[in-house]
Amino acid sequence: MRILTGLVLVGLLVGVIGCGGGSQAPSTSSAPAAPAGMKVDESKAGNVRGKVVLDGQAPKADAIKMNADPVCLKEAKSDNQTEFFVVGDGGALQNVFVYVKDGLGNYVFDTPTQPVVIDQKGCRYHPHVFGIRVGQPLEILNSDPTLHNIHAVPKTNAEFNTGQPIQGMKTTHTFTTPEVMVPFKCDVHGWMNANLGVMTHPYFAVSDKGGAFELKTLPAGTYTIEAWHEKLGPQTQSVTIGPNETKEISFTFKMTT
Amino acid sequence: MATLVLIVAGGLVTSTGSGLAVPDWPNTYGWFMFSFPLSKMVGGIFYEHGHRLIASTVGLLTIILAAWLWKSDPRRWVRRLGFIGLGAVIAQGLLGGLTVILLLPAPVSIAHAGLAQLFFCITVSLALFTSRGWIEGYSQDTTTTTENTENTEKRKRQKSPVGSVRSVVNRQTDNGVLRKLASATTIIIYAQILLGATMRHTGAGLAIPDFPLAFGRLVPPLDRLAASPVAIHFSHRVGAVVVSLLVMALARRIWKYHRQRPELLRLAQGMLVLLLAQVTLGGLTVLSGKAVALNTAHVVTGAMLLGTSLVIALRARRASFIESARPIDVEAGASAREDAGAAPILQT
Repeated sequence: MRILTGLVLVGLLVGVIGCGGGSQAPSTSSAPAAPAGMKVDESKAGNVRGKVVLDGQAPKADAIKMNADPVCLKEAKSDNQTEFFVVGDGGALQNVFVYVKDGLGNYVFDTPTQPVVIDQKGCRYHPHVFGIRVGQPLEILNSDPTLHNIHAVPKTNAEFNTGQPIQGMKTTHTFTTPEVMVPFKCDVHGWMNANLGVMTHPYFAVSDKGGAFELKTLPAGTYTIEAWHEKLGPQTQSVTIGPNETKEISFTFKMTT
Repeated sequence: MATLVLIVAGGLVTSTGSGLAVPDWPNTYGWFMFSFPLSKMVGGIFYEHGHRLIASTVGLLTIILAAWLWKSDPRRWVRRLGFIGLGAVIAQGLLGGLTVILLLPAPVSIAHAGLAQLFFCITVSLALFTSRGWIEGYSQDTTTTTENTENTEKRKRQKSPVGSVRSVVNRQTDNGVLRKLASATTIIIYAQILLGATMRHTGAGLAIPDFPLAFGRLVPPLDRLAASPVAIHFSHRVGAVVVSLLVMALARRIWKYHRQRPELLRLAQGMLVLLLAQVTLGGLTVLSGKAVALNTAHVVTGAMLLGTSLVIALRARRASFIESARPIDVEAGASAREDAGAAPILQT
């Protein structure tokens, strides 16, 4: 018994020495790693919510000329402008992808079976910026009475280019690797573009018209949160939340001329 | 001419970013290529599917040309060249399909662009070899002008006197320096086109955003040059300088020593105009942020410059083609041609 106790003590000592470099670990991941396979206890989870704003004058959105396809001219009933900068009151910046970049450790998450849908309607992608989980089905829908090809141009996932010549056509695709972001384009209609964030976890959101976002049911810990805008690039900040705590953060993108 | 139109169409496909507007091949969105509804040729499909239709037409014309040459041209090497052209256009079609299926990998797309220019050279050569001027001889081929200073000086340097009128003619029309210079110019223009294709298909067209300087300097800073897009782009600019020097040297030589040969002089003049247009278009392509019309015109003018240089090189070598040929059908067919004022057809 004494021998066993001694071995345990030596083991603990080695462990402590081994973990002595803890202060050298990346500051972005200072929360203790969850044991492998551990699931988030939602009853103790907190939230991170906030707002994304643009500091400065956004460039004027360009009008999209859809003359190349008469069907698009007919179908696109609303105002046809580029969606690179969608700015609301007080500089609220829409279409920013916000996600937990680091700090989740070894938590595991079930992969949703419900598909995420991207629709080609009015010769635009809906949504313009969105997220999906690795392995979750992406349903690509063509609601237009014209031909589209949806061409994903990822860097780490497999590139694909699928034709959808018939209205109502659906195609399903899954992504195998996390990636921020995967651009989509239509080579038939050069103005169509969208961006997809592929995540291993559910902590991502896209800023709405008011620039607001919320990452719900985050376990207590310290996280690196990244906000990504298609023209202004990424920004990160660190946030620590305790059990059942909700933290407010904000991202400010400066408009450089 | 149809091949040049095909190069225009191909240039438009890349310039408009429509290379993958039709995701499948050889079908078009599941339709058999020739039954694809015209009403659905919208946006990028117009360029990509249009390119396929024009390519099919050129392929058909090449089949007819090869068959025609096989049936009617007595020169074996011309008949063979017709079939080489047919093989090239088939390979070109397959490369085009492959690059679509593989989602435009740069090596395949560059090979597609490079083979397009080679096929264009074959069609230009066939047009030349079957032209009246090539078959019957150009006006200066049979003259022995004493104004040809270059050849006069050469004759003086020769130990043995000129043996016959024919040998004088050959040296004059088949001048070694001219041949070498024209051939080198053609090869360097082709290499420059390959560099341009590499730039085009690796997205390096605007890697150097200013013109004629590069990042405000004659030579980009080394740290920027280390990036491959900048290096590729700058190589194309250096290539343009080399091509310009060669084209001007070739034009000068023709003006100085062969100005009595209109079949060379006209092309030399045309080549200078094309060179000026090409450099201007290259600069404007950069300054306009790769405007579609300018970008495509740059591709097409490059092809025309290559074709012009090739014709000069071949015409400069015509005597060696003729010298290695033997008259055929002198008694039967040639007599009829001579009746019509034509020279006998020669065959290797």
